[in-house]
Amino acid sequence: MTGHSLQRKISTHESFGVTALLISISLLYLLLFLGLPLIAVFVEAFSKGWNLYIAALKEPDAWSAIKLTFLTAAIAVPANLVFGVAAAWCIAKFEFKGKSLLITLIDLPFAVSPVVSGLVYVLLFGAQGWFGHWLQAHDIKLLFAVPGIVLATIFVTFPFIARELIPLMQAQGKEEEEASVSLGASGWQTFWLVTIPNIKWGLLYGVILCNARAMGEFGAVSVVSGHIRGLTNTMPLHVEILYNEYNFVAAFAVASLLALLALVTLVVKTLVELQAKRSGEPLHGETR
Amino acid sequence: MSQFRAHSVLPGFNLALGYTLLYLSLIVLIPLSALFIKSATLGLGGYWDVVTDARVLASLRVTFFASFAAALINVFFGLIVAWVLVRYTFPGKRVIDALVDLPFALPTAVAGITLATLYAPNGWPGQYFAAYGIKVAYTPLGIVVALTFIGLPFVVRTVQPVLADVEAEVEEAAASLGAGRLDVFRRVILPAIFPALLTGFALAFARAIGEYGSVIFIAGNMPYISEISPLLIVSKLEQYDYAGATAIAVAMLLISFVILFAINALQWWTSRRGTR
Amino acid sequence: MSITIENLNKHFGEYKALDNINLEINSGELLALLGPSGCGKTSLLRIIGGLEVAGSGKLLFHGEDVEQRDARERNVGFVFQHYALFRHMSVFENVAFGLRVKPKKQRHNEAEIKRRVHELLGLVQLDWLSDRYPSQLSGGQRQRIALARALAVEPKILLLDEPFGALDAQVRKELRRWLRRLHDELHITSIFVTHDQEEALEVADRVVVMNKGKIEQIGTPDEVYASPASPFVYQFIGNVNLFHSREHAPWTQQKGDAIAYVRPHDIEISKIAQDNTSLPVEVKLVRAIGSIVRVEVAVDGSSEFIEIELSRERFDTVPLVNGDKAYIRPRQYRVFESGVENELSAA
Repeated sequence: MTGHSLQRKISTHESFGVTALLISISLLYLLLFLGLPLIAVFVEAFSKGWNLYIAALKEPDAWSAIKLTFLTAAIAVPANLVFGVAAAWCIAKFEFKGKSLLITLIDLPFAVSPVVSGLVYVLLFGAQGWFGHWLQAHDIKLLFAVPGIVLATIFVTFPFIARELIPLMQAQGKEEEEASVSLGASGWQTFWLVTIPNIKWGLLYGVILCNARAMGEFGAVSVVSGHIRGLTNTMPLHVEILYNEYNFVAAFAVASLLALLALVTLVVKTLVELQAKRSGEPLHGETR
Repeated sequence: MSQFRAHSVLPGFNLALGYTLLYLSLIVLIPLSALFIKSATLGLGGYWDVVTDARVLASLRVTFFASFAAALINVFFGLIVAWVLVRYTFPGKRVIDALVDLPFALPTAVAGITLATLYAPNGWPGQYFAAYGIKVAYTPLGIVVALTFIGLPFVVRTVQPVLADVEAEVEEAAASLGAGRLDVFRRVILPAIFPALLTGFALAFARAIGEYGSVIFIAGNMPYISEISPLLIVSKLEQYDYAGATAIAVAMLLISFVILFAINALQWWTSRRGTR
Repeated sequence: MSITIENLNKHFGEYKALDNINLEINSGELLALLGPSGCGKTSLLRIIGGLEVAGSGKLLFHGEDVEQRDARERNVGFVFQHYALFRHMSVFENVAFGLRVKPKKQRHNEAEIKRRVHELLGLVQLDWLSDRYPSQLSGGQRQRIALARALAVEPKILLLDEPFGALDAQVRKELRRWLRRLHDELHITSIFVTHDQEEALEVADRVVVMNKGKIEQIGTPDEVYASPASPFVYQFIGNVNLFHSREHAPWTQQKGDAIAYVRPHDIEISKIAQDNTSLPVEVKLVRAIGSIVRVEVAVDGSSEFIEIELSRERFDTVPLVNGDKAYIRPRQYRVFESGVENELSAA
C-alpha cells in the first residue's frame, strides 16, 4: 500500500527521466485544470480591491442567498443522514429479498442529470403538474419557493451518506451488534454504543460530501427556484445572475465564498481520512 | 412459503426498512415515475418527433461527443496522475492528492464562471490559445474543458486503489522473467488496472452527460453548435413546453441507465476474473 | 552456475540486514537459507536475484561480476512466496510470459512457445490446467505453476523465497519431495529460503543457517544438526536442553557461566546412578508419541523441566511412571561459554 520512493529497486523502477516526466505532466495537468481555476476565483474576486469585495457580500440579496443556502443544507443534510443510517442499517445488518434492487434504487439520483432532478418536481408541483391544481386551490407554494429548492437539493444529495455507510457497515458485519444484544443491551443501546462509534468517521465523511453538494447544487435548484432575488436565490444561483449581469466582481466575490467552502470541505475530508487511518478504524468498506 | 428475510436477533429491521422505502418512494421513485408517465402522454409518435428534432439531435450529439472526449482525456491524464500519486514521493504530494477532489467539492457554477473567464479569448490561458487562432470558450472545445474539469477525479480515484494493490512481487516476477519496464506496464500492470480504468471512464462519462452548471457559462450555447441537452430541457421548460422537456429528459435518462448498466457489467466482469 | 558472494553488506537505514556475508555456492547445488524471520535470508536471496541492491560487497556468477546487471539480465528464475502469478492471464500465458517478452531477435515462434509451455506444464504435472486462471487453482498448484513459469526462461539459477510458506502441512510435505526430485532431474543451481528447519534438512544439499544478518553455520543437513557451530544453531535446529554450569557443575567441568547443550535423545535415563556425573531427577510426565517416548523430568532442586526422548524399545527396558526418582546422564553435549566453545563428549 505504501508509495514507493524515488529510489526504488533497480528492476521495478522507471528511469529518473521518465519519473520526472510523469510527475511534470501530472502537475501541469492538475495546475491547468484545478490550480488555475481555484486561484482565478480569488484573483477575480479581489480584482477591484477589498472594499468592493466586502460590499458585494454585504449586499442584501447576496446576504439572503447565503442564508438560504445554509438553510437548505441544514434541512437536506440531516434528512439524508437519517435516511442513510436507516438504509445502511437494514441493508448491512439483515438478509432480505430484493436487497440489491434497493441498493440500485438508492443510487438512482446519481444517474440523473441535475436538470432532470429539478424537472421531476416541476412535473409534480408545477401549474400543469399532478398536484398543481390541488396546491393552487389550497394556496400552497412549493415550486419557485423554498420547499421546492429544499426538495430538489435532497434529491440530488440523496445517495451520498447511504452510499458511504452501506459498504462500510457491510464490511463490519453484525457480530459486534449480536454480541451487544446477547449481553443484554437494547436495540437503541446497541445502536448508539456499538454501531455509531464504529461508523463515526464514515458518517462524518458522508456528511461533509453531502453538505458540499447541497450548498453548491446549481442545475436542479435552478429549475425549481424561479430565480426570485432575495427570496429563492441560493448562492450558486446568485453567482449566475450577477455573472449574467456582467457584475463580475460581485459574482466572483460570492463564488469565492463557495470556493472557500470547497477548500474547507477538502481539508476536513483529508483530516477525517487521516484520523480514521491513525485510529485504525475503517473509513470505507470493501468496494470489491 | 419462503421467508422474506432471514432470522436475526438484531432489532429495528421493520422500522429501518419501512422508513427507507417510504423516503425513497417520496423523494425519488414517485417524482421519477412522473417523468415517465408525462412522456407517455406524448405517445410514441409525439415522443419520436421531439427527440428527432434537428436541434435536439444536435444537442444530444454535442453532449455525447464532448462527454466522450472529456472522459477520454481524463483516462489518459488520470492514469498518469494516479500513477504518480501511488508510485512516487515528492514534496506537496499530500496537498495535490487532496486537491484532486476539488471538482467534487467546488460548486459547478463557480467552476463554470471561472473556466469561462480563464478560457475566454482575453483570459489568462485563453489568450495563448487565441494567439494560435484557437477559440476555447464559447465553442464545443469549451464544453470539453468544463467536462474534463468535472470528470477529473473519477479516473484518478478508481485507478488509485487498484494500482496500489498491484503487488510488487508480481512486477518483480515479470522483471526476473526478462520483461522490460514497458513490457511490465503493458502486459502486467495495464491489464490489472484496465477494469478500473474503464469504470473511471464510464463514471466520468455518465457525470458529463448530465452536467449543466459548469458548462452553460463556457459553452456559448449556440443552437446546433454548442448547446447541450440539459440546457435545451431548461429552455423548453422556460417556454412551458413540459412535454418536450420531459421527452429529452427521458432520452438522457435512458443513456445514463445504459452507462450505469455497463458499469455494473464491468464490475461483475472484474470481480469474476480478478479474485484470488 | 556457481555463485560467489564476498563481503556483502546491506543496510536499511540504521538496521543491518546483511553483515559481511561470504558464501560459495556450487554449480548444481540445492542450498537452503535457513533462519528466523528478519535474519536477512530473504534480502540475500533478493540481492542475488537482482531485485535489491547490496550496500557493498561482491556478487559473482561463475566468476563474473553481475553487480551492474539488473534482474531481467541475470537469467535467474525467481519463485515468490505468494506465487505472484499474473491473475489476468491463464496458466498457459503465465508460463509463456518469459518467452513472449524476449527481445524480438531471440523470441521463438508461436509453435515453439506452445511446445515449450506444454513441456513445462508436463514437467510440473499440470498440463491439464493450462486454460484455467490462477484464481481457480489450489495453493499447491499455483506454486507449481510459478515454478514452471520461472523455469520457462531456462534460468541458470533458481531462487525460491519461502516456496512452501503459504501452503498447508500435507501439501507442503508432498511439494518438498517433489522439488527435491525435480532438482535431481534438472540440476539447476537452486537456493531456497525457509524458516522451517525440517524443510531445510530434508530438501537441501547444504544448509546456511543465518541469524541477525550473519551466517552462523554452513554445512550439510547432517553437520548442522549433529554438530551445531553455535548456541543459536543448537536452539534453532532441533530440540535442545540447556544445563547451566552453576546448577549442574559436574557436567560442564568449568567455572563461571557456561551452558551445556544436550539433544533430548542424547540423554540416558536410569533408575540408579551410573557415575558421579549423573543427576538425580524426578519424572514429571511420560508420553508415548508413535515410535518414541518423551519423558519430562525435573532436576532435584530446580523447577526447569528437561526433555528426554527414548525409543520405545529402550523405554520398555526402563519403564518409568510419573513421580519416579531416576538419574540422567548425557551421552553427548557441547558447552558454550561467553564466546569460547568447548566440545566434550562423554564416554
